[in-house]
Amino acid sequence: MSDLLAARSQMAVSLGFHILFAVAGIGMPVLMVVAEQRYRSTGDRLCLELAKRWAKGAAILFAVGAVSGTVLSFELGLLWPHFMQLAGPIIGMPLSLEGFAFFTEAIFLGIYLYGWDRISSRAHLWAGILVAVSGAASGIFVVIANAWMNAPTGFTLTQGVVTHVDPIAGMLNPMAFQQALHMTLASYAATGFGVAGIHAFLLLFDPHNAFHRRALSIALLVGAPAAVVQPVSGDLSARAVARYQPAKLAAMESHFETRRHAPLVIGGWPDTKRRATKYAVEVPGGLSLLAFHDVNAEVTGLDRFPRADWPSVPIVHAAFQVMVAFGTYLAAVSLWAGILALRRRDLCANVRLLRALAAAAPMGFVAIEAGWTVTEVGRQPWIVYGMLRTAAAVTPMPGLIVPFLGFSLLYCFLGGIVAWLLYRQIIRSPRPTAWSRTHRPAVARGA
Amino acid sequence: MPEPSLAQVLAAALVSALNAYVLFGGADFGGGVWDLLATGSRRDRQREVIGHAIGPIWEANHVWLILAIVLTLTCFPPVFARVGIVLHIPLTLMLVGVVLRGSAFTFRTYDDERDTVQRRWGRIFAGASLVTPVLLGVCIGAIAAGRVGPVATGGGFTERFVDPWLTPFSVAVGLLALTLFAHLAAVFLTLETDDPELIADFRVRALGSGLAVFLAAFGALLIAPSHAPLVGAGVLGSRWSLPWHLATGAAAIVTLAALWWKRYHLARVAVGAQVSLIIWGWALAQYPYLVPPDLTLTSAGAPVATLRLVLIALGLGVAVLLPSLVYLFRVFKAGPAHSARRLPQGGPDS
Repeated sequence: MSDLLAARSQMAVSLGFHILFAVAGIGMPVLMVVAEQRYRSTGDRLCLELAKRWAKGAAILFAVGAVSGTVLSFELGLLWPHFMQLAGPIIGMPLSLEGFAFFTEAIFLGIYLYGWDRISSRAHLWAGILVAVSGAASGIFVVIANAWMNAPTGFTLTQGVVTHVDPIAGMLNPMAFQQALHMTLASYAATGFGVAGIHAFLLLFDPHNAFHRRALSIALLVGAPAAVVQPVSGDLSARAVARYQPAKLAAMESHFETRRHAPLVIGGWPDTKRRATKYAVEVPGGLSLLAFHDVNAEVTGLDRFPRADWPSVPIVHAAFQVMVAFGTYLAAVSLWAGILALRRRDLCANVRLLRALAAAAPMGFVAIEAGWTVTEVGRQPWIVYGMLRTAAAVTPMPGLIVPFLGFSLLYCFLGGIVAWLLYRQIIRSPRPTAWSRTHRPAVARGA
Repeated sequence: MPEPSLAQVLAAALVSALNAYVLFGGADFGGGVWDLLATGSRRDRQREVIGHAIGPIWEANHVWLILAIVLTLTCFPPVFARVGIVLHIPLTLMLVGVVLRGSAFTFRTYDDERDTVQRRWGRIFAGASLVTPVLLGVCIGAIAAGRVGPVATGGGFTERFVDPWLTPFSVAVGLLALTLFAHLAAVFLTLETDDPELIADFRVRALGSGLAVFLAAFGALLIAPSHAPLVGAGVLGSRWSLPWHLATGAAAIVTLAALWWKRYHLARVAVGAQVSLIIWGWALAQYPYLVPPDLTLTSAGAPVATLRLVLIALGLGVAVLLPSLVYLFRVFKAGPAHSARRLPQGGPDS
């Protein structure tokens, strides 16, 4: 394994691991705040129990997210020093703002977690709201920094030297809004469906459990709207990619030949040698329509780029298919649940919906990993698109396979522990003695 | 006095962030050290007080490190790049420590209440708390010694990536960091409980670690002139070095005296002053170098447009953060927590 590949793999493992916790850090606070607010307005003790359990889940996830995020901030310099030397003055701005947002999140999460009986219930709810807001803000700032790597603006490059630096223009780069919106919605959808899916699964075996019913309804309330809006945001992103990163779009769509009335290639396996996609379904004019909202628009293919500047087409295309497929599934299930809810049906009694939700539990997270694979692998061989190659940014340090394997093992270990703890602490429903006597009647009414 | 430049203001902000990290985050690491060294019949109660003291605040305290990092990579990118290359190994090991410390502490809080499980996480938490400060000190020592110079293209692996940081001086600074963090933690812990026996335990630890700080600091100073000429000359020979030594020494003596006479609030203030003086003394001694022998405030500074914006962001950020931090500490550190009481409802055992 070359040092460049080891560095890229370590970055991929670190990002892929951290992103799960970052997403939960954005989504879980919303869940716990909604549950606490419900308790405050209805007096339903189960909602309070939920808020506390979700807060514990958030605490575990946030801690691992905080330390793995620290690793990433160091890795920017440990693995890509030349990139940071060039880009620091520009993307350092959103990263600094992220630092402040993250700081605010950490402060108020501490107050929220340990302050249940130390501050007024109103102050407590506000602490939770601040956690949710600053969590979303810190995610947005990080994504803005990444968007700059895809569509760098705010500087002049003359003979390899960066001049006329304008960090604000860098933050307002053409991918910033689209990526930040897409990722924020994805966080709510993935967390909402992750939680809803787990409780739907448990409801299949324990259909009258009021705890799981409350959990399912709140989680869907957060996840479903985001999942429904996500395809629109995806369309915005895809059109921006078509404009600013045509090579990435071509790889996503396995689009080898520049042409008008370009077909949409669904599924299949790209054969880069023969420049064709095997076993794919093609929708005539579909790609032109999606990328430019015009069936006859010309879509740039990979043929316009030197072979050395292609990203890995099979990986990018496959990851893109996975993301779109799972995103579409989540949107469809959301609409289904929404229609049932509008007809005042009991969602938790609908076994087919519960099964569909249980299947959806991991999909949001898988879609996010796939989406980041598209973003990052699709930008290769560039670390800053069109400006700095990844190979030119890597550290001269040899033997990078050692830290790569070390962090991979460490993260496997931590991931396993976190899964076990969440199972123990959060998912198992409370022992009936704790609440059944006071709350059984409400359950009976609902069922 | 001339108006300070943007780079000077931001470098001061960077040192302040590091100072805050050492004061607050350092004390959290020190807490882990005392968890490791908890002994006697009150062992479990000592550990409980430490857990309570750290629980609500360690994540916020930890963010000071992230703040220092983002300030460095934004305002002084060549420093970040250089340090990332030359100190790759100790920084990576330090990160492993950071990850294990934070996650093991959280896992202990939320895992099974059974003793074996608790002890297992406790051991990882405490071990990581012991190793991480040493590595942080080693990195700072290497920078102070001026050994993090331009990356050589030739030369062997050890010559380029090990020799710069594996020196007697770096190790001495590593030990100084460890003793200092432990000392800070012990002093702070005297105010975290109202159980007289536990207060006495932490008082003894604070006094002992205070002496250890003296030894470690003396050792580092002794070898500074030969191993870290720039910092050595600044610390020992410049105009401000005598008053600085007097102030640092006075703070240290006040800390120990206050501990001796059980004036714990005074001891807390004095030990904070002592630690801050050490950090600022180091920073001043190597001024205007950020990473000697070649990266200075001016040569490593980002463009003015960036520095100006970061300064504005810093102002806004501080306006939000300071009241929030004050609130956090007022909620949890207003008075000694009841050592006998387990965490409130929202805590791990509900």
